[in-house]
Amino acid sequence: MIFSTSKTNQDHVKTAFAVAISTMLIFVQCGKKTGKDEVERQVIQIKGSDTMVNLAQAWAEAYALVDTAVDVEVSGGGSGVGIAALSKGTIDMASASRNMKKEEIESAERNTGKKPEEFIVGFDALAVYVHKDNPLDMISIDQLDMIFSEKGDITRWSQLGISLPGGENDEIVRVSRQSSSGTYEFFREHVLMNKDFKLGSRDMNGSKEVVELVGSTRSAIGYSGMGYANDQVKMLKVELKIGEPGIAPTVANTQNKSYPLARSLQVYTLGTPEGAIKKYLDWILSAQGQAIVEESGYVPLD
Amino acid sequence: MNIPDSTHPACQRRHQRSPFAIGGEKALEWLIRLSGISAILFVLAIFFFIFREALPVLFSERFSLSQFLFSAEWYPTSSVNVRYGTLALTLGTCAVTALAMVIAVPFGLGGAIYISEFSSPRAREALKITIELLAAIPSVVWGFIGLTMMSKLIVTYTGAPVGVNLLNGGIILALMSVPIIVSIGEDALKAVPDSFREAGIAMGATKWQLVYRVLLPAAKNGLLAAVLLGVGRAVGETMAVLMATGHAVQIPHGILDSVRTLTANVAAELGEAPVGSDHYRVLFLTGVLLFAITFTVNITADFVIRGFKKK
Repeated sequence: MIFSTSKTNQDHVKTAFAVAISTMLIFVQCGKKTGKDEVERQVIQIKGSDTMVNLAQAWAEAYALVDTAVDVEVSGGGSGVGIAALSKGTIDMASASRNMKKEEIESAERNTGKKPEEFIVGFDALAVYVHKDNPLDMISIDQLDMIFSEKGDITRWSQLGISLPGGENDEIVRVSRQSSSGTYEFFREHVLMNKDFKLGSRDMNGSKEVVELVGSTRSAIGYSGMGYANDQVKMLKVELKIGEPGIAPTVANTQNKSYPLARSLQVYTLGTPEGAIKKYLDWILSAQGQAIVEESGYVPLD
Repeated sequence: MNIPDSTHPACQRRHQRSPFAIGGEKALEWLIRLSGISAILFVLAIFFFIFREALPVLFSERFSLSQFLFSAEWYPTSSVNVRYGTLALTLGTCAVTALAMVIAVPFGLGGAIYISEFSSPRAREALKITIELLAAIPSVVWGFIGLTMMSKLIVTYTGAPVGVNLLNGGIILALMSVPIIVSIGEDALKAVPDSFREAGIAMGATKWQLVYRVLLPAAKNGLLAAVLLGVGRAVGETMAVLMATGHAVQIPHGILDSVRTLTANVAAELGEAPVGSDHYRVLFLTGVLLFAITFTVNITADFVIRGFKKK
């Protein structure tokens, strides 16, 4: 009120009126906007695993024909991102290629008052990819550990007894995932035995990007879900120890649990699912939903 | 509505204007005043917010500031030994920015000199419109170009194993900074009074001598400001570098190494970090670090511009 000293009292009154009226108008406008509720279609939001994003999308598309009153919205970002969003209660379901950790379950309970519930919806073999021209066929968990872990000392293909065609790039280009990825955590837990990754790996933001980069880089090695294989890459057989038979990441080997890097894919909900969410989950676990798991390149429940 | 009594002496003085017009004018005056102040309020509020989110970690036992600034080991989610070292990320940001400026400054200043001094009026208009268009391309589109086209070209022509690297990010950032450098540089050159040019020509200077000996020294502050704003753009850019640099935490040893920048790191990791965790707070601290860097650049640019206006 200091900007004009020549004002009379009546000017103040006028100003106050103008302000009051415009404020009222703004409120009326806001009221109009929020008052118009749209209760046409129910939306289920599912977010999380990049490994499962294609699968979740395929489910959503097929389900649109099954139940026309429900829209399923799918987004990725990584298992960690989905779980974080579920703990805040901003989504209905989180897809994850790893299990929820104890502290994540606690934080979800603290924030939303509901206990997250886990549903296994399929299986995946975490495949180790190299370029299709790479002569390597088989790799052991120990070798993977030495390539990817912080203290591991394999940095060149020649250390694995391999010379790449062309031979100019002997250095191994490691392709990894960003730290919010469930695949990243699974690999760290089961291959690196919880040790840290060697810095300097290319950390991709999606399962598909890993396979694409490996497919365009002869000297690369990377890991990703089996559903993302294409004809530019080769999936290596994995042996637990050098000398043991190598096991290919196939549907059969995943189902009989002989593939060392097999894992379950899960969906989390807050509390016991009800209504549309329950219906959707039941459908995912039905023969129709499981057929889509297989079509997407993953392994259905037995 | 309470219409004021027109016999009141205060109203009689200017009865020709309706009370609504006067009231409206006052309201508008306040609104504009508020808009002006809001810029300051927003800056302060943003600074307060990121600092408040970051602050608790500074006093945490698991965190050391010297590690944060001088260690290259970035292991925010390690299950055995969590380390928050941003040196590799800071150097990544510096390296990408420096490379971008090495490419962008000659092109940017060259473009500014050409548009302001050499081109015909018609070409000037066409160029200015095109350059403004270049500035309007969204950064995610630049990132896309880097990820798909540029990376293939780099692999083909340099033999690098991976095309998403420092060189790729540097070229993309340079392309994004050039329009800023050109438009501000051109303004700076235009601000040199024509009497300078006339004097130069009268002394028998060639066009090149005129630019080199007269215009560049006269406009040097403005040109420096143009470059610094370009730097600010490059330091703060996120999406394009996230896509084009390969996202690898390492201190770069050559321009074909992949790097990760501070901004890209925050963008990639903030979504997963549980709110209130150390990781979350360290990412905000990274925000403070970035804020400090861009703030310094912008303030420097501002002082330089002010110096240039006085002349």
